[in-house]
Amino acid sequence: MLEIITSPTSFFILLSLFFVGGIGSLFFLKNDKQANGWSSFFAIVGSLWGLFFSIAAILTKSSLLFDVKTSFFSLFKMSFHIDLLSSFFIFVISLIALFCSIYGIGYIRHYYKKYNIGVLGFFYNLFIGSLILVVTSSNGILFLIFWEIMSISSYFLVVYDNHDDDNVKAGLLYLVMTYIGTSFIILAFLLLYKYIGSFDFLIIKDNIALVPTSIKNIVFVSAFIGFGLKAGIIPLHIWLPAAHPAAPSHVSALMSGVMIKSGIYMMVRLFLDILQPVPFWWGLVVLVVGSISALLGVLYALTEHDIKRLLAYHSIENIGIILLGLGSALTFYSLNLPALALLGLMAALFHTLNHAIFKALLFLSAGSVINETHTRNMEEYGGLIKYMPQTALFFLIGSVAISALPPFNGFFSEWLTYQALFQGIAQMSFTTQWVFILATGSLAFTGGLALACFVKAFGATFLARPRSKEVTYVKESVLSMRLGMGGLALLTLLFGIFSGYTISLLKTISQGLNIFKDSASAVNVSSSQSINVSNGFSSISGMFVFILLIVTTFLVIFVFKKIINKKQKECTTNTWDCGTNLTPRAEITATGFSRSIILIFKGLLKPTIQHSIEYYDDQNRYLPKSRTVTLNIGNMYHTYLYQPLHMVINKLSVRAKAIQNGNIDLYISYIFVALMLALLVIL
Amino acid sequence: MSILIWIIQLIFVPAFSPLCVGIIRKIKAKLQNRQGANVFQPYRDIWKLLHKDEVVSKDASWIFRFTPYIVFTVTLVVGFCIPLFLPHVLGFVTSDILFIVYTLAIGTFFMALAGMDTGSAFGGFGSSREMTISALAEGGFIFSLLTMALIVGSSNLFDITSFTRSVNSQYFLPTILAFCGFFIILLAETARFPFDNPATHLELTMIHEAMILEYSGKRLALMEWAASNKLLIFIALGANLFFPFGFPTNVGFMALALGIFYFLMKMFLFCVAIAVLESSIAKFRFFRLPDLLLISFIFNVVAIGLIQSIK
Repeated sequence: MLEIITSPTSFFILLSLFFVGGIGSLFFLKNDKQANGWSSFFAIVGSLWGLFFSIAAILTKSSLLFDVKTSFFSLFKMSFHIDLLSSFFIFVISLIALFCSIYGIGYIRHYYKKYNIGVLGFFYNLFIGSLILVVTSSNGILFLIFWEIMSISSYFLVVYDNHDDDNVKAGLLYLVMTYIGTSFIILAFLLLYKYIGSFDFLIIKDNIALVPTSIKNIVFVSAFIGFGLKAGIIPLHIWLPAAHPAAPSHVSALMSGVMIKSGIYMMVRLFLDILQPVPFWWGLVVLVVGSISALLGVLYALTEHDIKRLLAYHSIENIGIILLGLGSALTFYSLNLPALALLGLMAALFHTLNHAIFKALLFLSAGSVINETHTRNMEEYGGLIKYMPQTALFFLIGSVAISALPPFNGFFSEWLTYQALFQGIAQMSFTTQWVFILATGSLAFTGGLALACFVKAFGATFLARPRSKEVTYVKESVLSMRLGMGGLALLTLLFGIFSGYTISLLKTISQGLNIFKDSASAVNVSSSQSINVSNGFSSISGMFVFILLIVTTFLVIFVFKKIINKKQKECTTNTWDCGTNLTPRAEITATGFSRSIILIFKGLLKPTIQHSIEYYDDQNRYLPKSRTVTLNIGNMYHTYLYQPLHMVINKLSVRAKAIQNGNIDLYISYIFVALMLALLVIL
Repeated sequence: MSILIWIIQLIFVPAFSPLCVGIIRKIKAKLQNRQGANVFQPYRDIWKLLHKDEVVSKDASWIFRFTPYIVFTVTLVVGFCIPLFLPHVLGFVTSDILFIVYTLAIGTFFMALAGMDTGSAFGGFGSSREMTISALAEGGFIFSLLTMALIVGSSNLFDITSFTRSVNSQYFLPTILAFCGFFIILLAETARFPFDNPATHLELTMIHEAMILEYSGKRLALMEWAASNKLLIFIALGANLFFPFGFPTNVGFMALALGIFYFLMKMFLFCVAIAVLESSIAKFRFFRLPDLLLISFIFNVVAIGLIQSIK
């Protein structure tokens, strides 16, 4: 049975489900309801199929390699290679796509009559299908085609809500940045092709010794820029906080949870699989970039009061944390410590999975809030927990998970990442050790700041009194949306409790990579599901943590509610108001909450504050009519990186204009000169 | 016997933590030329509050009602998992340093949410300040425990206490540096001078008190009790990780009693230190606190650097 599920035929059925779902929904352009039903149905069935396919592949440890016969071009072979790493990413994609699609059934309804649902269904299915193709294709050109389909379909999803000019602008920025990234990726593949003569990943891997180290370094830099741009590393992240909030929420969840991980997938594939052995400094570069992305990502998140942009910045932070795991894996492996390298890779993969789950959950619950309040501005929320109690609970679970609090899944993957870094501090030589110390420090501060940020996000959104009238009309979201969120919320807990089991599976997956085939692992999972790192340096058990916390909570509630004090009365009155009338304006706002942290980090964030006061009488300034304080965070990347770059390109273009005066004779002479030069060079 | 030890381990922290607060208050009173309340007064306060009716704001949600239980539970769990008077208890898998740090963070997280929940201006800014301090304290906290873990080669707290009993003198300097870093974190996390004034209710200065301002009755008792638990947890960590002596070698009744006695002595010394410090320095300005927390972090980074050069 399992062999049938993991066959190539089954893989094509998986793809065709999304294909049928996508094309089919285009036929329902007239009927919104049917289009929604059709596309969601096929997306759900396809994701389920993907789940079965990937789980079966992981459990049977099967690796699938097959070509589709095409003889158009010799270089372009439709070859797919589904090893355990690919299966793992198919699992993550299908898992998130499943819950996003369930959520989508209800969520899409608010687009009825306003936008074309068939088009949404088409691009949505195309997007999921292309994600799966990206992580399975085994040929450079084929890969680039799917990569582009993924980028373009997500571009159309970003600009789907095109009545808002900001979304269109965000889409354009996304498109431009994506193409810059793709050009770097093409450069990397072309360089490899020059020395090996093939775009096929397996052939490149077998002949990697033909590539000189200097070229390999260039390949590393361009691939890291290209894939890092998709993953959203700082300073290449600028498209991410613009594009993710613009898309419909279930698509934002997919983009943040899964699409940016395709960059991580290719980094693992290239750096740990295809290009091995690699120079030592690559790992350190990845570590440093990871630390910077993690710390700055969370700091920018703190400055945001747009709920989806806040979550988008947290994606940057978490990509940084994943890169910390990956970077330590690279460093360890090039120092010939495969057991520790395996630990680093497992940490990175585990955090990839966990981040996908809780980030999707957070985006979906933020989407429910936005759907009801029609604003993304957190300052206009407040008190939503009373109007949408279940959504609030789901958002709370997501916040707890992303802040790495036990017993939820985020804690266990961050724990594993910490262990990889601790081993780096303990075992590396002097200079390398300092990189690891700084990375650990960055991770520690990131954890603390993320906690502060989610207190702010949850508190400002759901707690206290409503700060705008819109909130009082809010109703709880429909069943399918709650199902989508509830499923993911349950998963955050389950992947925490069964982290031991998950880690032992991740070990199998990581050992599927060639370089780890025979290496022992620094992580062992005992029979009682406790995770031990490097011969007892650390150990933790998800199950035990969960039981301990739950049992003690019930014990405490039982003792204090039933034994000590049974007859206590509780009366409900107003919050203490110091004798004034307590209005929502007395509450702390999202901006106010993070202001002290912003001021502490003002060297990095460069906040600007503008005061303006309007008086009743401009002549004698005693009675102010209104005061406005504008707190702004300067965009360093625009001012110091992108604008200078823009200026340079502009100036070069102006110079280049001089030789293009529109005279056709001149152009013909250019062609003639170019031809002569080319002939001269060749002859 | 092990079940008995588990039970003692579970109730030890809540049983002695009010005493800890009582001792500090008494010493502070003496230093201010006051008579001061009895050292057992905090017990009476908690008992009194537990039997009072309570007032809950009508803006509060279940977060506000549920938080005291979570915060108290968290301190119980952490108190259960750390070395108190025994160097080695049946190898807990949950005595990992990161587990301790992040579990305590659960309490901070929910307390800050509860502060915002009632929609009063005090609770909100209390939460904001608390989260600012605890975010910046996290680095120093993890690193001070990590320094000890690196010396020992294990991040299990019980392993750390049982190893350093035969402490090598070359690790003296890193240990002292790490302890200095840890002590700063202790003051920050338990809302003591110079970070916070535990006795104030002035809106300009309060942090921890601002968050729990809306609580009354049973829930206030739980919050106060949890705060004193947290103090004792930090004292226990400081006393046992950095000065690991006075542990019983076997698990007999007399040995246990002696172990508890030694621990209470250490606790008393910490209380004296905190009380004297509180009476002799002023509270810092809020924006100077990050400097102090950064100093704690740097102490630990230097300590880790020293360990590596020794090894």
